[in-house]
Amino acid sequence: MQLDPRGPRFAAALTTAVLVIVLATGWGWLALAQTVVFAITAADPRRGPYALLYRALIAPRLGPPAEREDAAPVRFAQLVGFVFLAVASAGYLTGAAALGLAATAFGLLAAFLNAAFGLCLGCEAYLAARRLTTRRPA
Amino acid sequence: MDAAGLVVAVAVVVAGVAIGLWRRRTDGRLRAGGRLRTDGRLRTDGRLRAGGRLRAGGRLRAVSGRVLDDAGTEDSDVIESAAAGRPAPPSVPEPPAAGGDRIDPAVLAALGVQPAEATLLQFSSAFCAPCRAVRRVSAEVAAMIPGVQHVEVDAESHLDAVRALGIWKTPTLLVLDADGRVARRATGVSGKPQLIAALGELLPAR
Repeated sequence: MQLDPRGPRFAAALTTAVLVIVLATGWGWLALAQTVVFAITAADPRRGPYALLYRALIAPRLGPPAEREDAAPVRFAQLVGFVFLAVASAGYLTGAAALGLAATAFGLLAAFLNAAFGLCLGCEAYLAARRLTTRRPA
Repeated sequence: MDAAGLVVAVAVVVAGVAIGLWRRRTDGRLRAGGRLRTDGRLRTDGRLRAGGRLRAGGRLRAVSGRVLDDAGTEDSDVIESAAAGRPAPPSVPEPPAAGGDRIDPAVLAALGVQPAEATLLQFSSAFCAPCRAVRRVSAEVAAMIPGVQHVEVDAESHLDAVRALGIWKTPTLLVLDADGRVARRATGVSGKPQLIAALGELLPAR
């Protein structure tokens, strides 16, 4: 599966805005809504709500993409976002606001770095995680 | 409004800008190869970075706080292949010009690196968007300069080598000389001119 790389960038910018609102208001249901968006986008990046918005509103105003990128890193990043926001939603909605705040903050950092700099934090951490979680041969 | 949340949001964005700018500055920089330990950890103490980043007063920037003497006379360690389980060969003195230590030939063979005058050894993973750009630049450089080969390996399926070579992120590009020494290493996407310059230091003048 190949994607127009500007779509995930746009999605990251929207996600950044949503997560700033979540932090500023402590609104657990908005965190849950973002969790659902992450889940749908991880399952199929082309059918994610933000991807649909991008194709309807932004893509027609831009030319065709200069190159396309593989969907695997995008899906992995969305999965990482899903985990963080699932924890955040559980925190906010059960009254553990500090947990919600901390998990949302990590999600915001990742989304902001992706939107502003095109950096994929989850993708970069992937190899380190594999190194640390796979046992060394004795 | 959640005042604490608002403060956290602002702090995260400020931290994000700092991290992003720092990464933009260091991405793809071809650093000195560093030294390899027998326990597989990379040692970079006292080595000049690619840019020769000398601090005011001529002090070397030491990553771990230790600085080797100028001649680099400390014994050279040779990395041991955990997979092959072979004892480390006796250490050989290296000329100061050589960037890093020799990689065990068994490790190189396992990674599919054939003997060549210079090798661009790229570690990639499935979840890695910039790996494609590194692949393109490296393949172009290898096609352009005789004696240079480009080898791309999946980091996940070579975790022993990944540990031994001190690799944490993809893409990481190692520039190896004919003896299998790590002359330079870069994480992220290096520029073609920088890569060609690094290879120019290794290859004999024609």
